[in-house]
Amino acid sequence: MVTVRFFAMLRGLAKAEVKEYEIGSPITVGELKEMIKKDFPALTGLIDSRSLLVSVNQEFANRDTAVKDGDEVGFLPPFSGG
Amino acid sequence: MSNLNKKGYYTVQLVRIQLEDFSIDQEVKNVMAASNGIGGVTIFLGAARDFSKGESITGLDFEHYPGMAEKKLLDIRERALNNFNIIEMGIVHRVGKIDIGENIVLIVAASAHRNDAFMACEWAITELKRVTPIWKRETTGKGDVWVSETP
Repeated sequence: MVTVRFFAMLRGLAKAEVKEYEIGSPITVGELKEMIKKDFPALTGLIDSRSLLVSVNQEFANRDTAVKDGDEVGFLPPFSGG
Repeated sequence: MSNLNKKGYYTVQLVRIQLEDFSIDQEVKNVMAASNGIGGVTIFLGAARDFSKGESITGLDFEHYPGMAEKKLLDIRERALNNFNIIEMGIVHRVGKIDIGENIVLIVAASAHRNDAFMACEWAITELKRVTPIWKRETTGKGDVWVSETP
């Protein structure tokens, strides 16, 4: 099971905070993005945007980062802390 | 509270994310407890202002990625200690609802001489805005909006 967490405006658009995916073998962040776009069409624009960051197990990741069973993936819109 | 000392010591009390307001005085004292060699302390205080991009703001609400956000702040402190000639640094960021005029974030940088503290403090708040998964929602006359860019 891979746990995807949506934050801030992504959570609002997805109308979900968490989505879980069963995956057989490891996939990439890029492949996971495609799965999420299919399940949450409203997120497509933000997911394709260069300003969206993704974390895997709370570390910044890129399109090629592997996602395996048990991982937590965060979809992070542009930060606005401080 | 346990004693905080020595450069590079893992001190979770100095780096926190919390709902409650903080005392600037207390945070400065916590950082200064690190060493009697501290001769200069610089602080940056971020506060909730009542306007943004021409809109009037009546309140703020901050959300963070629990775990990751704390880790990023601890990492900023570590890098500041490694890359600047400072003795100690504290970082406190609030989340949840914050009223206009209230404190949001505090950076305290302490060094033997002032210039190192000024430089580390400026770097730390800029880095915080860049890498810390914290999001701000502003309450405006048109409703609540997530802020997607940090100036």
